[in-house]
Amino acid sequence: MPTFSLVHLEFLLTAAQWTIGLSIAAFVGGGLVGFVVALARISDLRVLRIAATVYIQLVQGTPLLILLFAIYFGIALLGYTNLPPLIAASAGLIIYSSGFLAEIWRGCIDSVPKTQWQAAECLALTRWQRMVKVILPQAARIATAPTVGFLVQIVKNTSLASVVGFVELAQAGKLINNSIYEPFTVFMIVALIYFAICFPLSTWSRSLERKLNVGRR
Amino acid sequence: MTYHFDFSALLPYWPEFARGIWLTLQLSAISTVLGFVLGTLCAIGRADGSRWVKWLVAIYVEAIRNTPLLVQVFIIYFGIATLGLHVSANLAAVIALVINVGAYTCEIVRAGIESVHKSQIEAAECLGLSRVQTYWHVVLRPAIERVYPAVTSQYVLLMLASSITSQISAEELTAVANRIQSDTFRAFETYIVTGVLYLLLSLVVRICLWLFGLAIFVRRRKLGTAI
Repeated sequence: MPTFSLVHLEFLLTAAQWTIGLSIAAFVGGGLVGFVVALARISDLRVLRIAATVYIQLVQGTPLLILLFAIYFGIALLGYTNLPPLIAASAGLIIYSSGFLAEIWRGCIDSVPKTQWQAAECLALTRWQRMVKVILPQAARIATAPTVGFLVQIVKNTSLASVVGFVELAQAGKLINNSIYEPFTVFMIVALIYFAICFPLSTWSRSLERKLNVGRR
Repeated sequence: MTYHFDFSALLPYWPEFARGIWLTLQLSAISTVLGFVLGTLCAIGRADGSRWVKWLVAIYVEAIRNTPLLVQVFIIYFGIATLGLHVSANLAAVIALVINVGAYTCEIVRAGIESVHKSQIEAAECLGLSRVQTYWHVVLRPAIERVYPAVTSQYVLLMLASSITSQISAEELTAVANRIQSDTFRAFETYIVTGVLYLLLSLVVRICLWLFGLAIFVRRRKLGTAI
């Protein structure tokens, strides 16, 4: 019976690149969608606000696993039976992260003091100018730490892409385990690789938070 | 192309859905209670333990928070089996969920403990309260009251995350859904129904935790705010 060897480690590291790629896709896509949803959430139009709220509640109230299954099988029903799992996995993760990022960013926009909104109005800035020149730059500063923190969640949740057959780190671990049956070794190493990706991000997020709170200490 | 939705095919399976929901609720309830106890103990250890205890808790929290639950579930399920013990998938699922949510609770409760003012503890000492009394009356209860909203969202997330234990074939709602869709070939409908069920479950969990909060935090109920 073969044991865990360098070949397996190499396979895991290649799969880890897919984990990182999928995380980047989920973050960029989810960020774009999430930004639009966050703006809709604070829009003056009631319909937009309600639609955005419903979207966020739907995404946050269902498990990512169910979302992934629904998309995977749903797309197949539309006739694209040979769709690569990569598309289903990224679509699911983009929807998932957009729902959470929208809510995080809405909180950040809300936490810009009301006086800033009023001052911008007094200066006769248009809505667009007020948003782009006054509110968003300040909100972005507040948003950096929680956004980096959420990046850790995204990286961890890409492990669920394995359920639709996408070979990222967790799925690679399962495949290796199926061939050599050393679950403890294999999944410990998988966990270590995840840790190596996530821990620097967590530390970075925490240090950003400390820097931001420097005035409040 | 047109696809005809047929939810009626799922109707005969409602007892299975009900069983899945029941197990999901059981898994979440048990891990909520045990995870809360574990997390609170760890938070106390982190705030007030010896150097070794602080280090151990820090390593535990960082290790859990920086690795996916899916991998933790696999390590625990297969790890226990490697030790020669035989545990059911459900028990392994509970253990994994408790260990997972304990780490998150620890961080939340720690933030609450840090928010308790030093003078409060000094006052308690002056009143001659013992360490246990100080912790229970002066530190923990206000701390938990303050972080209760964060705790609530964490446990809703836990309920949703329990779907991951379907991967080691714990027969909760997601595992039931997987089986039903392979029986009926109505995958899209099955997962839509399951998603709606989870949505309702998260609402139920939120309401239950809110009522529980009202029941135990008397001051909050009367004043309408945390201390």
